[in-house]
Amino acid sequence: MAAFAPGAAVRVKDDWPESRGPAHIRTPHYLRGLRGRVVRRLGAFANPEDLAFARPAERRSLYHVAFDQPSVWQEGRPGDELLVEIFEHWLEPA
Amino acid sequence: MDRDIARAHHDLGGVTKFMCAPIDTEPHALSAFDKQVDALRQVLSLKGLMTVDELRRGIEEIPEAEYHRLTYYQRWIRSMTATLLRKGVVTEAELAAALERR
Repeated sequence: MAAFAPGAAVRVKDDWPESRGPAHIRTPHYLRGLRGRVVRRLGAFANPEDLAFARPAERRSLYHVAFDQPSVWQEGRPGDELLVEIFEHWLEPA
Repeated sequence: MDRDIARAHHDLGGVTKFMCAPIDTEPHALSAFDKQVDALRQVLSLKGLMTVDELRRGIEEIPEAEYHRLTYYQRWIRSMTATLLRKGVVTEAELAAALERR
């Protein structure tokens, strides 16, 4: 079941599987290691990291996670947020 | 940015102003080629031969220089071709023969 409730403080894992060999990752590079806030759980979906290699794919929880935009991209107004879909296995409690 | 070092070349989010030309947001017509590629992808999906995730993986595997040179649907056909060859759905010889007949 879902590991994170709405409002939970999370950190995106600072992991770079693409540097270790063939990989298909849906977590953008610019969010690795950054802190965000869970907004909502969107459901559970077959893990695209496995589907991309035609491997059996477990269903994983997917969340909308909000990030403070100015500190991520050094642009935007205070209070601007990025809302990004991130799978549970990329998140850890912060 | 240090964190860009390990970034895969297709992972362009957040680097737009440094790397990309302005995006043309005007509507544009799809070519016959574009439509054929799109239709073929749907057939491959319906027949269970290839998922959209495999399509994306194949697009991401296109070497960087080519990736930036190819059009959107040219990337698709490159990915579809590589995936079908890898899975043995078509052989190099069959592909070459089909291209020869055109």
